[in-house]
Amino acid sequence: MLGLVVVLALAAGCQRAPHRVIRVCADPNNLPFSNQAGEGFENRLAELLAADRHASLDYTWWAERRGFVRHTLQTNACDVVMGVPSGYEQALTTKPYYRSSYVFVSRRDRHLGLGSLDDPRLPSLRIGVQMIGDDFNNSPPAHALSNRGMVRNIVGFSVYGDYARPSPLSTIVDAVDRGDIDAAVVWGPAAGYFARRKPLDLAPVTPRADSATLPFTFEIAMGVRRTDAALRDELNDFLARRHGDIARILDEYGVPRVEGP
Amino acid sequence: MVCINGTVMGTRCLTAWALPLCVTAIASGACQKQTLDNSRPESARALAGSFTSGNPAELQKDDGQWVMPAKNYAATRFSGLDEINASNVGQLNVAWTFSTGMVSGHEAAPLVVGSTMYLVTPFPNILYAFDLSRPGAPIKWKYDPKPLGASKGVACCDLVNRGAAYAGGRVFFNTLDGRTIAVDAESGEPKWITQLGDINKGETITMAPLVVKDKVLVGNSGGEFGVRGWLTALDAGTGKIAWRAYSTGPDKDVLIGPGFKPHYTMDQGKDLGITTWPGEGWRTGGGTVWGWLSYDPELNLIYYGTSNPGPWNPDQRPGDNKWTAGMFARVPETGEARWFYQTSPHDLFDHDGVNELVLADLTVNGQARKVAMRADRNGLLYVLDRTTGQVLSAAPFGFVNSNKGVDMQTGRLIEVKEKQTTQGIVVRDICPAAPGMKDWQPMSFSPRTGLLYIPHQNLCEDVEAMSASYIAGTPYVGASVVYKPGPGGNRGALTAWDPAQAKIAWEVKENFPVWSGTVVTAGDVVFYGTMDGWFKAVNAKTGAPLWQFKCGSGIIGQPITYKGPDGHQYIAVLSGVGGWPGAIVSADLDPRDATAGNGWGGVLADLKAATTRGGMLYVFSIGGGH
Repeated sequence: MLGLVVVLALAAGCQRAPHRVIRVCADPNNLPFSNQAGEGFENRLAELLAADRHASLDYTWWAERRGFVRHTLQTNACDVVMGVPSGYEQALTTKPYYRSSYVFVSRRDRHLGLGSLDDPRLPSLRIGVQMIGDDFNNSPPAHALSNRGMVRNIVGFSVYGDYARPSPLSTIVDAVDRGDIDAAVVWGPAAGYFARRKPLDLAPVTPRADSATLPFTFEIAMGVRRTDAALRDELNDFLARRHGDIARILDEYGVPRVEGP
Repeated sequence: MVCINGTVMGTRCLTAWALPLCVTAIASGACQKQTLDNSRPESARALAGSFTSGNPAELQKDDGQWVMPAKNYAATRFSGLDEINASNVGQLNVAWTFSTGMVSGHEAAPLVVGSTMYLVTPFPNILYAFDLSRPGAPIKWKYDPKPLGASKGVACCDLVNRGAAYAGGRVFFNTLDGRTIAVDAESGEPKWITQLGDINKGETITMAPLVVKDKVLVGNSGGEFGVRGWLTALDAGTGKIAWRAYSTGPDKDVLIGPGFKPHYTMDQGKDLGITTWPGEGWRTGGGTVWGWLSYDPELNLIYYGTSNPGPWNPDQRPGDNKWTAGMFARVPETGEARWFYQTSPHDLFDHDGVNELVLADLTVNGQARKVAMRADRNGLLYVLDRTTGQVLSAAPFGFVNSNKGVDMQTGRLIEVKEKQTTQGIVVRDICPAAPGMKDWQPMSFSPRTGLLYIPHQNLCEDVEAMSASYIAGTPYVGASVVYKPGPGGNRGALTAWDPAQAKIAWEVKENFPVWSGTVVTAGDVVFYGTMDGWFKAVNAKTGAPLWQFKCGSGIIGQPITYKGPDGHQYIAVLSGVGGWPGAIVSADLDPRDATAGNGWGGVLADLKAATTRGGMLYVFSIGGGH
């Protein structure tokens, strides 16, 4: 009789605490952010979050392109996007957990010391920028340089890269490293990661914004469905409590951070 | 597919639905090879057999059959059949139907060859053959090309396919993941499969091929991704690439040689495909070829258009950006260019130049001319001399304020400064909007009435900056493009246009954009469909409504007509809303987001209430099925 009661109690115990699963929407091939092998810093943040919440992790993989949120968060296949710009319209966003900047990337042995968009040497350098494909949209440095009359010395790289290769975003940094181009202006996390073990100089772009619609620094937050305020609040709590651990992960990946405005 | 049950670093691959799996397939090493070479089991077989030039040149003249989406090489979509006419079209009824079981936009034209109908679906691009000689037209065979699911993440605007083409006992069609496939028309067995586009670089294929002589002509899609556009000719017998003509770059890549004689000075010069771009912008310059081809057997020239330049913003690509947003005439055997005319030099508005060129012999200003007619995205109806590329007239066929027509001396589009867009600047009321006055949806031409029947939009747009956006881990400030109804409030129209006089004959206003093709017959009836699902017949001379039928889903397909084995005339059309404008329904976008679907979300918010998704082929005849 006693044995039966114990068995029943154990069974009930299992039922009382169903194992929680944190469902993350992520790109399977987008280092340094995420990949399917779990090698990106957003993978690491997701693991930290899962451990913190005593949950297991489940990923929905989708290339982070037009339609990413529509095919992932919005279909309820997953609940969290680990990185989106603060105030991103397609999601409810947490408080930002890092702020980075577009950076100039150049070879250390060139001693260029680039940082300013108004550097008079820029027009005589071959400068790489990433291109966004949608109508009227482009990366902030692409706009800023053309606003300064620099078009003929600009080399475009698809922001999508060659998706058949690992690390599609590395192409532009590799081009600087090889000397194919003199410099590039790249979003900080990608530049920082791919330049980690290379003799390259990085420096945040100045000015920090050309106009209200052309900033070079962005705050990055986590995103959930617009209706998921409770999850957003839980993530905010996590971000505040594990601030130090998060910073260590970002440091490990070479994510350059800048202070607030 | 290694990931289906796999566990990687404690992360589980999602198994519940197919799409992410396929994205994982291109990210994992084990699957990579599949995406990059032709080593699929089917293509490994020795598939190529003898190809007898089974004569689209002759078949296209037969009004009983419909062997290419545009009906004939002149792309008139005119049928000489007249059993169904203005006096009896009211008795049309459903003869039979077929559900594709798919929910993406259905843009294809069915084909009819002998007593078989062929139909290619949107992704996953299944090719069906139906036996028209048996009651209910049962499936004769089906061929599943198993395109890579990852291509769905690359396609810009829904997962459409615009149809197949028949020649020499084979059906040729393209798959979203960038392959061209020849299938035996009798057995449904693949004869050859050629990988042309690389989805890993953003290339997809959505267009319908055209077969001319022993060449299958295919172009790529993907200008949004910085793809460099091309038209490729494949040997119809073997699937081997015969030639490829790029839309940007050095003359040798564009197949420009001594025989190239463009009419206007602006298109003359050496290597303009390089020199009209900043730096190396031409390498990622767009000019894809995702629209239509037509062919004049007498002049032995093929005609087609190139898409907008990309993906730079206008500010970042000073110059005319040759050879984008214009039209080429080429020799089919070699691909050599004969002339080019640029409808939108230095395109500012995403005005692809890929719309169909309809060929006819017209009397213009008292002179007999061999013309090519184009209803362009930019709102102008061009009539060109197709022997030279000279513009004979270019008149707005709807409300246009972003250009003032064409300078007839230079051939250049006359732009309106106030309507030009720049990053960070708000520009309102640009007409037409980015999809243009008319997009890919093909018009028809009746030699009986001398009129073009143009299905089109009536939309304007506002462009302004919005909040931060994010793609591939890269933040930027996105432009908000909001479309709105043009003057009159109707978002679409069927316009009958007299190309000889360069003026409108009549117009039927439609609430939604008319995103279906049109067909016109010797019975003087024009057929077209609406995005809320009405399939309509109107009088070709007057536009008077004659008949309509409510289909299960909105219509963005291309109607066709043919003579069945029973000797009677049939009309067929695919319903199944979607495509660029219809994604609000087919992809279930949030209508509260005015910029969803690249601007369509707000202007078609009510489409979701007007129709639901789902592909169905409808075939009509007098009296219908029994």
